[in-house]
Amino acid sequence: MRKVVRGFYAIAEAVRLSRPNVIAAYPITPQTEIVENLAEMYANGELGDAEYVTAESEFGAASMVLGASAAGARAFTATSSQGLLLMTEVLYNAAGMRLPIVLVVANRSVSAPLSIWNDIQDSISVRDAGIIQLYVESNQEAHDMLPLAFKVAENRDVLLPFMICVDGFKLTHAYEPVDLLDQETVDKFLPPYEPAVKLDVNSPVAMGCYAPPPYYMEFRVAMECAMERASRVMLEEFERWYELTGRNWGGHVVAENCEDAEVVVVAMGSVVALVREVVNRMREGGKKVGLLKIRTYRPFPSEDVRKALENAGKVIVIERALSIGAEPPVTADVKSAIFGLDAEVYPVVMGLGGRDIPRELVEKVIDDVMEGKVKPEKRFEGLNEFEEVIP
Amino acid sequence: MELLKKIEWCPGCGNFGILKAFSTTVDRLENEGIEKGRIMVVAGIGCHGKLPDYIELPSFHTIHGRVLPALTGMKLANPDLYPVGFSGDGDAMNEGLEHLLHAAKRNTDVTLFLHNNGVFGLTTGQFTATTPRGVKTRTTPYGNPEEPLNPSLIALVSGATFVARGYAGDMKQLSEIMYQAIMHRGFAFVEILQPCVSFNNTWDYYRKNVRKIKPAEDFDTAISLSRDLLNTGIIYRAERETFEEAMLRTK
Ligand SMILES: Cc1ncc(C[n+]2csc(CCOP(=O)(O)OP(=O)(O)O)c2C)c(N)n1
Ligand code: SF4
Ligand SMILES: [Mg+2]
Repeated sequence: MRKVVRGFYAIAEAVRLSRPNVIAAYPITPQTEIVENLAEMYANGELGDAEYVTAESEFGAASMVLGASAAGARAFTATSSQGLLLMTEVLYNAAGMRLPIVLVVANRSVSAPLSIWNDIQDSISVRDAGIIQLYVESNQEAHDMLPLAFKVAENRDVLLPFMICVDGFKLTHAYEPVDLLDQETVDKFLPPYEPAVKLDVNSPVAMGCYAPPPYYMEFRVAMECAMERASRVMLEEFERWYELTGRNWGGHVVAENCEDAEVVVVAMGSVVALVREVVNRMREGGKKVGLLKIRTYRPFPSEDVRKALENAGKVIVIERALSIGAEPPVTADVKSAIFGLDAEVYPVVMGLGGRDIPRELVEKVIDDVMEGKVKPEKRFEGLNEFEEVIP
Repeated sequence: MELLKKIEWCPGCGNFGILKAFSTTVDRLENEGIEKGRIMVVAGIGCHGKLPDYIELPSFHTIHGRVLPALTGMKLANPDLYPVGFSGDGDAMNEGLEHLLHAAKRNTDVTLFLHNNGVFGLTTGQFTATTPRGVKTRTTPYGNPEEPLNPSLIALVSGATFVARGYAGDMKQLSEIMYQAIMHRGFAFVEILQPCVSFNNTWDYYRKNVRKIKPAEDFDTAISLSRDLLNTGIIYRAERETFEEAMLRTK
């Protein structure tokens, strides 16, 4: 059913339809409304078998879903920014224990300075944890990715936590038309949860145990292999999703107008929609520009990226997070994916801490690269002139 | 003391009383020869956390729930300081609760003011660890299923050497408590009953029901005084070697 709803509702509704058993969370802007909606569904008796708990902290929330998942429950949590940073110790542990927890991150910048506004520094900071990460550009995508996340995470070839990254406010609080799923469709796609392993008195296992040097490395490499398999499993599930709902999300990346493009803009998250608009308009004006949307960030789709950028002379990467002291994160991954190709890469950092990314700025960024006005090196756009004053 | 402008609290919020009482206290301390620069303010994240934005004192925001360890660090770095913290019920009783137990146990010479409004104010009205059982909030539309914590009682049993409960509607009593707390040698904990007009308006209830008490003569009496949430005043004070003193003695 197509309805105009807000992002947080589209997310909460998809969580409900995925029939979780345990939801634990701690409020933080801009995630709060997602869990408030779930709390309300719980109060109305709409959450089926699920238990809903507001934890004492994000550390508590992550630990509760870890415990629940270990005991054989389908578990969900959501957070943002500082909350995700606080969860991090537990999330690494959950990934290492191969627990298929699903979480939504309502992307928000991190402290200090304190800001509630959007960028993707929070989720980028946990990219190495062994968690599958998707960045969505619309609330329809966020809605659809939820059942998919549970299905992929719980696949016996995968068994890793799954994180859906949704831009805070820009998507979570936006009104958008969304084709809301119904229970029948979701049930057809996502079977009842059958844990591959769980804590069970009748067949005892130990989880998260001590692994001395002769054993540790194998566990970590096994995660790496699972992440590689996740890539294939996701493609299969995207395909199934298409057959079932008629919505074709493509694959890990979406390449538009890339074949003959001189300049390709790489982007993730809600900014993709803006870049698409700009690219289409420039195309109409005869400029050879393309768009490469990266949806799956972990596992990083190196081959897809390489293929899409094969013919591009110049590649602009829009970065909404930093790896302070090094190449911005997406650029580093893109560069390693296209290593050996001729393309020049132009990392452009913008939109940190909710700084507006106007359409004209994106246009200018592309024009500057097309016209050879800038060098292929890290640049900051939309930045005010400032001087750091150290007293 | 002059207040900085542009206050963003809701009109009628209990935080105004707390700010007023604190600025009166700072003036009094200054008159007694304690330079303003020695009073260092740390605030948590929440509506309470905006307080240092409205006073001209050296201050900073910690991340959510971590006021006390920051105060401890300050005191250790410079024992001449008077580190004063402002925290909320969410900020001290939910996230970071462990720090209260350890600060009290350690008896670091710092002061904590806890704005107890029974809700997460800044994130717009979800239940906290001090919200009474059964109360409906945005995360407990079915009524809070959990028993609340009693901050003053926790501070007492953890070993705080100064425990008081103030009320945002009684400036005279509150500023006297604040003064005594800051001057106390050792860890001072002050819970402040703070109405939140937007999400937990307790003005009427407190106005009619809070009562004043005298400090307990002994620990057991203090425990029973602290149990009644409407008892306000200094509940308990005791002498014990502070953490800093112990560190210096063993050097
Ligand atoms: C790690 C982390 N989790 C969650 C938040 C979101 N958050 C900001 S303020 C707040 C609650 C504050 O409640 P309280 O301490 O009672 O302060 P009040 O607003 O009521 O004064 C929360 C949960 C955060 N900033 N950081
Ligand atoms: S929400 Fe409540 S605590 Fe926050 S400023 Fe408004 S009245 Fe005060
Ligand atoms: Mg509060």
